[in-house]
Amino acid sequence: MATPIEQRGYAEPGVLVSTDWVEQHLSDPKVRVIESNEDTLLYAAGHVPGSVHVDWTSDLNDQIRRDYITREGFAALMSRIGATKDTTVVFYGDKNNWWACYAFWVFQLFGHTNARVMDGGRVKWLKENKALSRDEPSYPKTTYAASERNDAPIRAFRDDVLAHLKKQGQLVDVRSPEEYAGTRMHMPDYPNEGALRGGHIPGAKSIPWAKAINPDDGTFRPATELKKLYCEDNKLSPSGDTIAYCRIGERSSHTWFALTYLLGFGKVRNYDGSWTEWGNMVGVPIER
Amino acid sequence: MPEKLEQVIDMFQMFDPADRTNLLLSYANQFTEVPREVATRPFPRSHLVPECESEAYVWAHKQADGTLKLYFAVENPSGVSAKALGAILDKTLSGLPASEIARVNAEIVEKIFRQNISMGKGLGLMSMVQAVQTLAKAAM
Repeated sequence: MATPIEQRGYAEPGVLVSTDWVEQHLSDPKVRVIESNEDTLLYAAGHVPGSVHVDWTSDLNDQIRRDYITREGFAALMSRIGATKDTTVVFYGDKNNWWACYAFWVFQLFGHTNARVMDGGRVKWLKENKALSRDEPSYPKTTYAASERNDAPIRAFRDDVLAHLKKQGQLVDVRSPEEYAGTRMHMPDYPNEGALRGGHIPGAKSIPWAKAINPDDGTFRPATELKKLYCEDNKLSPSGDTIAYCRIGERSSHTWFALTYLLGFGKVRNYDGSWTEWGNMVGVPIER
Repeated sequence: MPEKLEQVIDMFQMFDPADRTNLLLSYANQFTEVPREVATRPFPRSHLVPECESEAYVWAHKQADGTLKLYFAVENPSGVSAKALGAILDKTLSGLPASEIARVNAEIVEKIFRQNISMGKGLGLMSMVQAVQTLAKAAM
């Protein structure tokens, strides 16, 4: 019998697991649950028992350059969390899984495809009053033979976006409508991170990331609703080359995940330079 | 800066990141919500801290001796940082004259939270301090 997630008609339903599934696999040695948040205090305040903390800034980003960790860094991270190539990593976190999807996406840069996202993230786990722990688990270190980071298939750089523009490729701006319109230079309640210009990349469709989820529990909407949102209302083609962006690539990781795995779009890239890069670059076109 | 607040900040400065996190959580655990005799739900929007995603509320009541007593409410169950800051502000500033509280600068947020200040909450936490400052000025 199909699980509730399977019944939602996603292209790859296996990439999404329920909170119940996670609860049933807390002691499964082949599963490593990973919490990734924006708020660094939350994991310490209480997390899914046995889960490890992967911080998007200190664990996934290079500490000097604006870039991601190298192969060596990823191998060290996987060793620290006691994961092997056979480990199923399951991400969850705050902000309706922004950072969980971001971490998932970074893991895909290194080809760790045995990965899932817990539907609904931290908020759903809490709403269901499932167990929380403050104990930081320790797993035996592993030797993880990491692959070189392969950005090209799922990551777009500014030159890729410029080339994409010339081809009139599909662009999705997942920020708030105010950020898209250029009337606001940052998310509501967030500081201005220094973009000198407001607006959006020419031709980008405004599809705020949050439209893909149920606001009550943060779970993804069923495929029929996602298809209506992306393919019918906004005329995106699943076979078209698509680039999603936001401010630094975290919200667009969420949309990248939805388009790639839930709707089965063939080629979606996340432009993590996003508006903090585009809104500061000299000479690039902007629309308002 | 008020002495008690300075001592708390000094303590945060001395601690390493892990201990600082634990200290923040310990303060969050000591957070006590505004009592019913001061305010009940739905809390008035006039006491809502602007730009705080944790939906924090703040009150400053003048006591018989002329000092202020601060009260807070944090509606977001994940608002651990807002609760920690509320507890710190209450423990270090309540009982002081409004004029002293009004001088507290929002920069204390960075000194207290350091690596635990994430993008989304820094502004909200500074707004909490500013809201306290505004209430203190109004009570002067």
